[in-house]
Amino acid sequence: MLITEKEIVIKTDKLTKKFGDFVAASEITFEVFKGEIFGFLGANGAGKTTAMKMLIGISNPSSGNAQVAGYDIYKQTEQIKKSIGYMSQKFSLYEDLTIKENIQLFGGIYGLSDKEIKSKSEELITKLGLNTEADKLVASLPLGWKQKLAFSIAIFHQPKIVFLDEPTGGVDPITRRQFWDMIYEASHNGITIFVTTHYMDEAEYCDRVSIMVDGVIKALDSPENLKKQFNAKSMDEVFLMLARGAKRGE
Amino acid sequence: MKAVELENIFKSYPIKKTSVQVVDDVSFSVDDGELFGLIGPDGAGKTSIFRILTTLLLADKGNAKVLGYDVVKDWKSIRNIIGYMPGRFSLYQDLTVEENLEFFATIFNTTIRENYKLVEDIYKQLEPFKTRRAGKLSGGMKQKLALSCALIHKPKVLFLDEPTTGVDPVSRKEFWEMLKRLKSQGITILVSTPYMDEAKLCDRIALIQNGKILKIDTPQNIMDSFDKNLFAVRSENMFKLLNDLRTFNNTESCFAFGEFHHLTLKDNDINISDLEKYIAQSGHLNATIKIIKPEIEDCFMQLMK
Repeated sequence: MLITEKEIVIKTDKLTKKFGDFVAASEITFEVFKGEIFGFLGANGAGKTTAMKMLIGISNPSSGNAQVAGYDIYKQTEQIKKSIGYMSQKFSLYEDLTIKENIQLFGGIYGLSDKEIKSKSEELITKLGLNTEADKLVASLPLGWKQKLAFSIAIFHQPKIVFLDEPTGGVDPITRRQFWDMIYEASHNGITIFVTTHYMDEAEYCDRVSIMVDGVIKALDSPENLKKQFNAKSMDEVFLMLARGAKRGE
Repeated sequence: MKAVELENIFKSYPIKKTSVQVVDDVSFSVDDGELFGLIGPDGAGKTSIFRILTTLLLADKGNAKVLGYDVVKDWKSIRNIIGYMPGRFSLYQDLTVEENLEFFATIFNTTIRENYKLVEDIYKQLEPFKTRRAGKLSGGMKQKLALSCALIHKPKVLFLDEPTTGVDPVSRKEFWEMLKRLKSQGITILVSTPYMDEAKLCDRIALIQNGKILKIDTPQNIMDSFDKNLFAVRSENMFKLLNDLRTFNNTESCFAFGEFHHLTLKDNDINISDLEKYIAQSGHLNATIKIIKPEIEDCFMQLMK
């Protein structure tokens, strides 16, 4: 993490989303700094996905305000989409395209020139050690490789912020850690990481962590301070203390 | 008689012009009344093994039995005495909660009332929603309904394929508490999971990767068999520390492990002060080093190499 001037890249103010009478996300207020690894935790159904959808500009809030990468989430959703990267466990790459084609497709979508795409994709393929696989279908890659490739593609256009929705679910323990090495490196290069996970050891790798319960942010601080605050030995304990009281299922 | 027995099972799938070996000479057995865990990441072959044992998939080679019945010859008998909860939600989305349960009870020639005691614990949490269609349930509730449906005919062996994947830590703990109660009623349970921390909740486990069993034993024995000293190290700059420890000339492996990095050394008998000196020379403040007991995940990573 490289926070010299604490530039704010995400700022929300009482951000709220209602579906009828149901308040999925209630008056969420927080800030995320440039280059920070921000862990966005919560039980199933706590409202994480709802909040994330508003932040990436695909769902309109019911009330409240937020700026992402300096853009307003009501009026400038298209600019937001250009300034961010996104990957999830469920959707990341096109299985029936090759590795090279996936890179070309996403590079093109984000408006990079053919020349840029060509030189940067060669660089990326070499860095990942995928030279012999570059023309193979993504479907043929093991899951761990898919996720590493998906992350690389999500930051291919040098976004200000990358949103990662459970990026390491089901991945083997060594690859899971290699994935976090990549996250650290990206954060070191100034990309802000906004990540959700169900692995509580991964919460420890975040600079700061928020924990959502029933649509509300119940706690937000560094893992170290949270453990102190709740007199807990691990983030797992902190999470259990907060989420045990949850009334909502998913 | 063993509840589940596999002997040299092989299975491959054709992909394009090649074939992928997804189950590669797997043998293990599960004792009557045991809670046995198949622990491994996606693509390890867990689901194929479950499908072979539940008579839904034919192995290429090898033998498998459930309560003495052969999975090929006696598939009909097996289907009557097992419960199976697949990884993907497979109930009828357009039937209500209650209709689903009733449907599964009926096809097994029983009634909800007859075996209510067995599912009561789980199903009573769903009863307020019993007229809701299954497709409209939350993930956690779908999981509870699927488990109820797998149990309603009072199976002798329960197969649960990744019941906790994608489930938050609180709900996962609750789910394992339910499994413990089922086990105490004498049901044999074979469960798979990619979460290494759940391994400790099983009587015995098989660690599996790329279709091959890495090890089978009790969680305690597996942790005891870790043959290296394991150091937990932290400092104020964990990212730099990880890189520094990896370039230490005596390092065998170093992985981030939550609050600490876990380190093993090539020379197991090294004086800890050498390590302390190296860390201090690398410019780390407030570093702490301690020897710790390994977790299942440490063991899994050591066996993966």
